[in-house]
Amino acid sequence: MYELFHQILTGLSQGGIYGGLALGLVMVYRTTHHVNFAQGEFAMFSTFLALTLIQAGFSYWSAFFLTIAISFAGGMAVERIVIRPFHQASALTLVCVFMGLLMVTNATAGWLFGYTMQPFPSPFSDAFALGGFIPAHEAGTILLVALMLLLIYLFFRFTWLGLAMRATAENGESSALVGINVGAMLALGWGLATGIGAVAGMMAAPIVFVDPNMMSGVLVYAFAAALLGGIDNPWGAAISGFIVGVVENIAGAYLVGTELKLTLALAIIVGVLLIRPRGIWGRSFVTRV
Amino acid sequence: MSMTIVPAAARSVPLRPATRRWLLAAVLVVALLLPFVLSDFRTFQLTLILAYAIALFGLNLLMGFNGQISVGHGAFFAVGGYTAAILMMIYGVPYWATVPIAAAVAFLVGFLFGIPALRLEGIYLAMATFSLGVTVPQLLRVRAFEPWTGGVLGIVMDKPEVPFGLPINQDQWLYYFVLAFTCLLFALGYNLTRGRIGRAIVAIRDQPLAAASMGVNIALYKSATFGISAGFTGLAGALATITVAYVSPDSFPILLSISLLVGVVVGGLGSAAGMFFGAAFIVLVPNMAGSVSKALPWAIYGLGVIVIMYVAPLGVGGLAQQVMARLRRPASGHGGGKEQ
Repeated sequence: MYELFHQILTGLSQGGIYGGLALGLVMVYRTTHHVNFAQGEFAMFSTFLALTLIQAGFSYWSAFFLTIAISFAGGMAVERIVIRPFHQASALTLVCVFMGLLMVTNATAGWLFGYTMQPFPSPFSDAFALGGFIPAHEAGTILLVALMLLLIYLFFRFTWLGLAMRATAENGESSALVGINVGAMLALGWGLATGIGAVAGMMAAPIVFVDPNMMSGVLVYAFAAALLGGIDNPWGAAISGFIVGVVENIAGAYLVGTELKLTLALAIIVGVLLIRPRGIWGRSFVTRV
Repeated sequence: MSMTIVPAAARSVPLRPATRRWLLAAVLVVALLLPFVLSDFRTFQLTLILAYAIALFGLNLLMGFNGQISVGHGAFFAVGGYTAAILMMIYGVPYWATVPIAAAVAFLVGFLFGIPALRLEGIYLAMATFSLGVTVPQLLRVRAFEPWTGGVLGIVMDKPEVPFGLPINQDQWLYYFVLAFTCLLFALGYNLTRGRIGRAIVAIRDQPLAAASMGVNIALYKSATFGISAGFTGLAGALATITVAYVSPDSFPILLSISLLVGVVVGGLGSAAGMFFGAAFIVLVPNMAGSVSKALPWAIYGLGVIVIMYVAPLGVGGLAQQVMARLRRPASGHGGGKEQ
């Protein structure tokens, strides 16, 4: 029983990482119907950036917030420069462009930072460990992700900017007509998604270590979470992230073993798409013939 | 969802049949003579290019002609490669007999994966196939399958002997072996796309609703196309594995799936001949750029894809055909002509 409880908590902490990445995916998807395949690579790049800052002598938390700010700006820049010209392109073209971004980001990281695995510090002291019940980093991750989700919720619910972004996601044309700068909102969405990704990357790094391929598996879990929650529902994605994390951990410990964990994520993806393509909390759309 | 990309083949002005026949014959003669002028290593590279061209053609059947997206075709390449390796080294099947079996196994896996793919459009299918591409290398490492797959170490294979006492070396023989399959599969695929089935496949891409009302069984055609596409790619995987004579989970990273996508895009969606160009691109660029740095080829791939999507969404093959069409009919202002 103690063991099971432990597995659930570990699952929750990993699920927070998946949920964060999934939230970023959904945020971009809602506005433009693009799935950013490079989201995981962006998170990896941000993590390398944080590591570089820490090695350059910054304290953890200043490096943490600086990385988020730089990632935010970087995400906005990528949207403006690379994605905007493809606004009207087909799904196929966009998937190819995102694959291009994925490769460029991965290669640039490999070129700048090398391919050897590097350890990454955790900011959480033993005070977080609930009396040694679970590792401090896991408890800290759960708290931090929960705090981040709360902040994002407050931002979308109570600020003018959040309202404008929601309006853009709901109906771009009408938003433009009432004076919202839709282009800026799209870029802002990308910035937010990349910033959230950076947090997910920095929380994953102490566990998986830092190397250019650290996020490829995590992205699959994020896909599973986003689809399970409904690809157009950010809160569904975040909650599903936790669900996927817990299911993955329990199944990994008791059913399929650690080697088949990723296969489980694939099974979730295919299963959701087969049984309920709109996910648990997603809206279904009716296409007019 | 409407496809804005019109494949190159649909736009090109077809060459006259006689011209086409002469051109094909000339290319074939050159292909037959090449191993005698090239070094063994170049012949080996050329063999790989041919194998990759088959894989790209398979992926192109799916993406260019049927309008489905796969970012995980490396998985089928791996299925083909491992089928060939396991049959050869554990069950003692002769190498040439493993190739059709590998194609059949990959077809079956692709067909089954194509069934859930039926309900998935565009981006969802891309997500599912991407996950498949990431998962398969991990599956190949699973300890329970180790007696067959060799686990992380993979399988070292024997290089095929030259049969009938032919006066050529092993690399040259392999080249001809793969060339024969290349001719066979391109003829097969080309005829498939030109016939009744091909028209149905393209109709599903352009006007699924109209196709359905004309009596095309969309579900069957879509999953069959997925299966055929996977079969081509699996067969290519078997050929490439036999050529390299070694297979391991690391032979099929997700970057392989992505480079297959790159090859199709570079060669031109819906183009058959362009696949050779795409294959040359993905085989030779890592070789040339890899000597400078490990990261460089992927940076070139990535930038290349984005730039091509920006300036020439039809790929290099499509661009060439467009230019040709323009040169042939200066009067018609609109790129290509009507499909006959």
